[in-house]
Amino acid sequence: MSLAHSAATILAKELKTEFRSRELLGTTVIFVLIVLVLFSFTFNPTSSESRHFGPGLLWLAFLFAGSLMLQPSFLREQTNDTLAALRLAPIDPFSILAGKMAANFLFLLLVELILLPVFAVLYNVAILPVLPQLVLVLALGTIGLATTGTVFSAVAAQARLRELLLPLLLLPVLAPVLIASTEATAGILRDPSELSLVWLTFLCAFDVVFLTAAWLFGEYLLEE
Amino acid sequence: MALRSISLEIGAGECVALVGHNGSGKTTLLKITSLLARQSKGQIAFFLGDQELSAEAVKRHIGMVAHHTLVYDELTAEENLVFFAKLFRLSDPIARARQALEPVGLSRRANDMARTFSRGMRQRLAIARALLASPKLLLFDEPAAGLDPEGQHWLGSTLGKLHASGCTIIMSTHGRNETQASVTRAIRLDGGEITHDSGPSGDPYGVLAMAAVRETVEGDAR
Amino acid sequence: MAGASESRTSSEPAVSPLSIVVVFLLVAAASYGALIAAPEEATMGMIQRIFYFHVSSAWTGFVAFTMVFIGSIAYLRTRALKWDWLSVASAEVGVAFFTVVLVTGPIWAKPVWGIWWTWDARLTSSFLLWVLFVSYLILRTLVDEPERRAMVSAVFGIFAALDIPLVYFSIWWFRTQHPQPVMGDGGSLDPRMWRVLMLCWAAMLGVMTLLIRVRYRLEEMRAEVDALRMEQSRSAR
Repeated sequence: MSLAHSAATILAKELKTEFRSRELLGTTVIFVLIVLVLFSFTFNPTSSESRHFGPGLLWLAFLFAGSLMLQPSFLREQTNDTLAALRLAPIDPFSILAGKMAANFLFLLLVELILLPVFAVLYNVAILPVLPQLVLVLALGTIGLATTGTVFSAVAAQARLRELLLPLLLLPVLAPVLIASTEATAGILRDPSELSLVWLTFLCAFDVVFLTAAWLFGEYLLEE
Repeated sequence: MALRSISLEIGAGECVALVGHNGSGKTTLLKITSLLARQSKGQIAFFLGDQELSAEAVKRHIGMVAHHTLVYDELTAEENLVFFAKLFRLSDPIARARQALEPVGLSRRANDMARTFSRGMRQRLAIARALLASPKLLLFDEPAAGLDPEGQHWLGSTLGKLHASGCTIIMSTHGRNETQASVTRAIRLDGGEITHDSGPSGDPYGVLAMAAVRETVEGDAR
Repeated sequence: MAGASESRTSSEPAVSPLSIVVVFLLVAAASYGALIAAPEEATMGMIQRIFYFHVSSAWTGFVAFTMVFIGSIAYLRTRALKWDWLSVASAEVGVAFFTVVLVTGPIWAKPVWGIWWTWDARLTSSFLLWVLFVSYLILRTLVDEPERRAMVSAVFGIFAALDIPLVYFSIWWFRTQHPQPVMGDGGSLDPRMWRVLMLCWAAMLGVMTLLIRVRYRLEEMRAEVDALRMEQSRSAR
């Protein structure tokens, strides 16, 4: 299917670019780390309090990091107007968005997986027994983050003050993801661990709604 | 930059020069022709023989060299071309990429990042990118800009070879330079309208000369 | 080019005097209903009457934001700028109504429950909606070119509008999982109160319509000024 093929080609290029320099990856990881540490100063990190506040702070940190790290997605295409080159190619315009969304998803998921053990240590939570469930929630939440974030990166690229604009647009829209992911994560980390079907379904619904919206309306953003 | 009213038909194999001062609409016309920009009114259609082509089919046959280089600084020359070869669904993209680097003289720099290239080399990489899929229609927006005299000479002869091999070429040019050697038709734009058109079989050099003089005069007057 | 093109904006006023009178009467009737005619609530007393304006403003805000959604989709489909004018007018009016919601909320809460802000489901959702569409308006100020601005606002407007039910559900479900002492208007409403509420809503919708029409006309004129300016600068070249 030609959409999949072009999206995959673009995905490969995005990943190659990101991992060649690795500067963005490193910076994002450190940023989340700083946020986690700073947050820990705002409450008394006893075990029960950590378990109480931890999941929310973790997701908040991911959202902040995401809204900063998603910036370059479309900005990068402006330097030499490579976006025009992509649009000149005989590909479905949505594949440009899809390739970038997939790349941002993988990249953000990688950052989250790197930080999960750090989070476990800092906030004294046992993640190993519930790792698959945690990864599931991470994935579902990150799909929402990557989808909306990539679209809004294309929006912000056409405006002024774009560094400030992307978080301004993204964070309110992602509030439901923050709530759902935090609650789902908290439920998983509770003793006994519980997997909330309601929140997981909600996250799926969020992802479906915005993926569809991106598919229907996203390509307008790429036009001249 | 806007176009007022353009009615134009360009036949296969023509080599058209678009002339006119900045803001006359040359770049906009090229962008609309490449389907990068959408016209607010009117239609544009492409025919291969008697068949009208769909937008996606048209893109397969167009190569464009624009004001920006349209290549990725963070990829090597070869990686750039392989990437675009894949997007154009060319078979054996790596071989095609390597092949494309030769005529532009960049084979030895295939594994260097595009960011290390000089302006002239980037222009040549951009041209290699445009020629990758053996396009039938070439669109050039001021291709000689930024090239040294040697580069311009090379570009002129390249355009000649492409035209001789049956390519249709539309390029916007400024002033007189070697790239105009193969031109078969000249169209002058002013204020988004066509003021002069030497036609498919006329002599383009009258229009080219007149336009060059006007540019000089208007340039001095400003 | 010396002569100006004919003004495309109608010279008639955006809202007819008749409609202003009608809406004024509606508002007067609604105010009478809310402040005087409606039965006094058993526990909360006089201050509860603000509820009629609080709730009807929220509902009206929803209607306005739905119009942003419709206008945004219509713009992307037709590329007619008038849909963009409708979207921005509706968004501004919607934000205005939700500002009323956010102001009347604390005014109601403080005398009744002793605290200014209750993070209850509806108020929190209203706050988030307000922030969402304020972001929409900020986005618009940061894009200068009219068509580009219309395009990016339309896409963001669609996403923001789609987010509304998701916001409400997630906050509501969160609250059911972590219940607070119930602070909203718990319990069913006396039918007389329902009638007053509906009347208030009708009045608010009337005000909303007038405001949107005025704001729409303002945007229409702005666009015409911009177009004239562009033509002037082009012919001056």
